Amino acid sequence: MPKVTIDGHTIEVAEGTTILNAARQIGGDLVPPAMCYYSKLDISGGKCRTCLVEVTKGSEKDPRPMPKLVASCSTPVMDGMEVGNKTSAKVMDARKGVVEFLLINHPLDCPICDQAGECDLQNLAFEHGASGSRYEEEKRTFEKIDIGPNIQLHMTRCILCYRCVNTVDQITDDRVHGVLNRGDHSEIGTYIQNSIENEFSGNVIDVCPVGALTDKTFRFKSRVWFLNPMNAHCKCDKCSGEAVVWMFGDEIYRVTGRKDQYGEVKDFICNTCRFDSKDLGKWTIEGPRHIERDSVIGQGHYELKPADNVKEIG
Amino acid sequence: MGRKILLEKINVEGINTYDVYRKEGGYEAVEKALKKMTPDEVVEEVKKSGLRGRGGAGFPAGMKWSFIAKPEGVPRYLLCNADESEPGTFKDRYLMEKNPHLLIEGMILSSYALGCNTSYIYIRGEFMWILRILEKAIAEAYSNGWLGKNIKGSGFNLDLYVTPGAGAYICGEETALIESLEGKRGNPRMKPPFPAVKGLWQCPSVVNNVETLASVVSIINNGGDEYAKIGIGRSTGTKLISACGNITKPGVYEIELGLSVEEFLYSDEYCGGIKGGKRLKACVPGGSSVPILPHYLVTKTAAGEQRLMSYESLADGGFATGSMLGSGGFIVFDEDQCIVRNTWNFTRFYHHESCGQCSPCREGTGWMEKVLHRIENGHGHMHDIDLLWDVQRKIEGNTICPLGDAAAWPVAAAIRHFREEFEWHINEPIKCLEKNYGLVKEPELAV
Repeated sequence: MPKVTIDGHTIEVAEGTTILNAARQIGGDLVPPAMCYYSKLDISGGKCRTCLVEVTKGSEKDPRPMPKLVASCSTPVMDGMEVGNKTSAKVMDARKGVVEFLLINHPLDCPICDQAGECDLQNLAFEHGASGSRYEEEKRTFEKIDIGPNIQLHMTRCILCYRCVNTVDQITDDRVHGVLNRGDHSEIGTYIQNSIENEFSGNVIDVCPVGALTDKTFRFKSRVWFLNPMNAHCKCDKCSGEAVVWMFGDEIYRVTGRKDQYGEVKDFICNTCRFDSKDLGKWTIEGPRHIERDSVIGQGHYELKPADNVKEIG
Repeated sequence: MGRKILLEKINVEGINTYDVYRKEGGYEAVEKALKKMTPDEVVEEVKKSGLRGRGGAGFPAGMKWSFIAKPEGVPRYLLCNADESEPGTFKDRYLMEKNPHLLIEGMILSSYALGCNTSYIYIRGEFMWILRILEKAIAEAYSNGWLGKNIKGSGFNLDLYVTPGAGAYICGEETALIESLEGKRGNPRMKPPFPAVKGLWQCPSVVNNVETLASVVSIINNGGDEYAKIGIGRSTGTKLISACGNITKPGVYEIELGLSVEEFLYSDEYCGGIKGGKRLKACVPGGSSVPILPHYLVTKTAAGEQRLMSYESLADGGFATGSMLGSGGFIVFDEDQCIVRNTWNFTRFYHHESCGQCSPCREGTGWMEKVLHRIENGHGHMHDIDLLWDVQRKIEGNTICPLGDAAAWPVAAAIRHFREEFEWHINEPIKCLEKNYGLVKEPELAV
């Protein structure tokens, strides 16, 4: 079992584990951010470059440092490897650069974006971004496209992480969802605006780190931090039925998969649960869901009982 | 007169046909290898020759071959990278167009050495007529028994195919080439695993440049030691240089590595000096991706030594005062050329050709192009120069494939050596517009 040291913390992990997953096993704030890697997908990662880390010692056998920063999501650990993430000035500088690159063509329309409050890019920019932009030119824009009756694609916000492409590749047999064009004109899409005919197509909304893919049954209904996320389950013959229902009073505004602290869903849920089950009677509520990351959603104090809530705000 | 190996027979009438090529000693190397040598001996000869990859990176070819994984029962593939699309590089095109059988012979030898029974030539989509030339030559080779089953009774089988790309520069990157060959979008793969372990169809593969494979023929004919005698130091053999720009005689030249840059640039045998008796301003010695050199660093290194056409000498001084041999696209600029405009043009190319997979290259190349366009057209600010420097620095080394580096280096070198010219563009926008556009002033660009 290889031993790896990340920012001074040593851990023993299974053969073939990537640096990112080793860091996640240690936990805490030394985990590199990941915008394109998604552990639930067979293929993902390596593209966004936010998870770059510095390998200061290659391995016990070959202690030479790696010449370039490496993508921690796709680099397996070696025995005796030493990795610098937060402690490496080079990494922090490169990450700042990557955030800047991701934001130059991003519209920064958070005030009207449904993803705001649970957006990976927002969190990343908050942590590593600059306060202003040095980009003076026009940003690229696209028209909104409907992918099927329930999903809307707003390419302008997309950061081309390829997560949705990999998801659809995994859930469908054919290649129905991919990338058109090249460079910064690349466009996610189903060729000539087809819909994705699959019972699990709604999961592209959950895997999207930004607000490029949104749930049309929820668009502009509410800000996410006004809603109370509740763990709930239902009897479903297509999926596990374990989901999170986002409630306001007694009304279900939307249904999503159960995301962990890294924004990854535990199980893919089916379209029926996601889009067509807004009736409270269908669900068995288990209790409030803890949103693990620092998020505006947590500011709503929904996890406390109403009486405590008053005291807390008091 | 330098020694010619690749271009030795290039001017023989009808060398592109099998009969003439065979009469001129063609396919003798294959005969020799199949009858008298084991595959390992062929690899050993190539290792001895010190042949380095001619595609740009200069990695020793024999070493690359020895890395190929050889699991039982898994086919191996040799892929020829003929996707030559670097601005300023046009050597492979010339070689394939004039002497296609040389490449085919080199591929048979290399496939034999690597134990490949299927090999592909991945050719740039714009080279459609060369694809036809190659297909005709391959058909001739098949009908004369140099390809197919049991070649000349040796028991070695080889099928050779030519596949065109769809016109993307990025497919010259070896893993993108493999993806494209598999029929997918030409996005570079994450490495590791390297192609030598998991390449085409997840099988061990070797990707070599056209010129590298063609050089194998003379290595087998004359022996690796003989080949290693040509050249200087670790830069052995001959190299095709495609010279272009403001020179009297642009074209493809074969040089012995170690020739001085001064001789190459000014002698009548090669470039014949700067056109119109003008002065040299700058030179890009290895295709658009490598750093540009100002006139005082072209013929001499920073240490005052003579600069030679070799991998080491051109790289002398690192990126601060040196450059790279790269793919051998020798671009010369005279005193009237605008470096800012040229840098913008290069950056426009990389912006257009970035695959869009990883963020620094996708966004950074476009950003650099816009900033350079602004400076070039008289709308720049002084802080834009520092911005450009910072952007290129954040692209370099942080991308999946070397296209990001290739986009960053020319910008970095242009700022490093020609900062005053950038400043002049910003301080004197009208003067510089008049100088650059002259009679063809575009109305919307006039300030």
